[in-house]
Amino acid sequence: MATQKVQLTVNGEAREADVEARLLLVHLLRENFGLTGTHIGCDTSNCGACTVLVDGESAKSCTMLAVSADGREVKTIEGMADGATLHPLQQAFWDQHGLQCGFCTPGMIMQASWLLDRCPSPTEAEIREGISGNLCRCTGYVNIVKAIQQAAGEMAAGAETQTGSPVAAG
Amino acid sequence: MHDALRVLAEHEGEAKVLSGGYSLLPLIKLRLAQPPLLVDIRDVDGLDSIVEGDDELRIGGRATHRQILEDATIKAGYPLLTDAAAGIGDPQVRNWGTIGGSCAHADPSADWPAVLLATRASLVCRSSTGERVVAAADFFIDTFQTAIEPTELLTEVRIPRWPNGSGGAYAKLERRAGDFSTVGCAVMVRFGADGRIADAGVGLTAVAETPFASATAVAALIGAEPSEATFRAAGAAAAAESRPVKDAHGPVDYKRAMTEEMTVRALRSAVGRALGQR
Repeated sequence: MATQKVQLTVNGEAREADVEARLLLVHLLRENFGLTGTHIGCDTSNCGACTVLVDGESAKSCTMLAVSADGREVKTIEGMADGATLHPLQQAFWDQHGLQCGFCTPGMIMQASWLLDRCPSPTEAEIREGISGNLCRCTGYVNIVKAIQQAAGEMAAGAETQTGSPVAAG
Repeated sequence: MHDALRVLAEHEGEAKVLSGGYSLLPLIKLRLAQPPLLVDIRDVDGLDSIVEGDDELRIGGRATHRQILEDATIKAGYPLLTDAAAGIGDPQVRNWGTIGGSCAHADPSADWPAVLLATRASLVCRSSTGERVVAAADFFIDTFQTAIEPTELLTEVRIPRWPNGSGGAYAKLERRAGDFSTVGCAVMVRFGADGRIADAGVGLTAVAETPFASATAVAALIGAEPSEATFRAAGAAAAAESRPVKDAHGPVDYKRAMTEEMTVRALRSAVGRALGQR
């Protein structure tokens, strides 16, 4: 089978690989690049466990060909933390017990980051609609929603601090 | 565009167009499609615009469901499209899935075809040798079958602007969040000066081998006053015209009953919008 070269940016790093045209993005990430934080759940575009950001837009990486990601910027769960400092969403999932088995968590966090990027102060209904493409088989949705709410608050406060607006300490 | 059409012409029947991927890739995984060649049109310029002209709305074939959902012109003037877009899949699907891909794929449960049938839209098919405009009523032929040729690309959807005093709505019943429709009903109504319904369109999805326009429901509406009795009569006509099959979404009787109910709900909403606009 003939292969094609794909060149893309993954978590800020330039990566390339020779792949078969049939290879899915999720397999490129997991098998070629070793980024196994992105999970394969249903493989039928339903569960959202494989959600990553492609050019800033959330996508189910089991439903995108690797060759379609050529020239694009991909962000996975591995790109969220800043060194040893967890991303506010990761910390919030920890604080609020937003995970039980943890299988859906990487996809949930990537989808939540897409949501907060577009809608920094979502209502509970907007959060629930925002993660409607991500399934949690432990049905831990209540705490997932709480975690996203916590992160939204912290990220909004952080943004204000960065822009110099007055904000309460702590 | 030129390159994509050339490849489609050179590999007639062998090449499949890949747009958002949320219809085609699942089919490939199920081995229901095994195309030797895919033409990814994601980077083809000029296919994702949404422009309102004097008498119609033109939506590029590669416009995503999300673009349509968030478009202010559509929200204000064509709210049944906003209704339909909001119910398609989930946020990830709407981020990448496109109206052209959905129509060319022609899943019998897809939402857009019902909307295009109710509004009497047309679809623009372009090949390396030219362009033709096909009415929605002639486009959706059978399950996964449309009037598009293997050498053609669906470049645009054209939705006519209905006159003032018109309103539209889409009502969808889904078993789970983000699921395909159990039944979906799109309606357009236009009122005459006498307060009666002067024109109407009714498109149904998921209750036949392909989405269809219900002529009997339209007949029950035209000339009638807007009332629950009128809505029920149109709903009953749509249900009688439907040809649902029993599956995981429910038995035939249930689907017929829901066809009537969704038609009634869409009519209530469309009539409310039409009267609000007068």
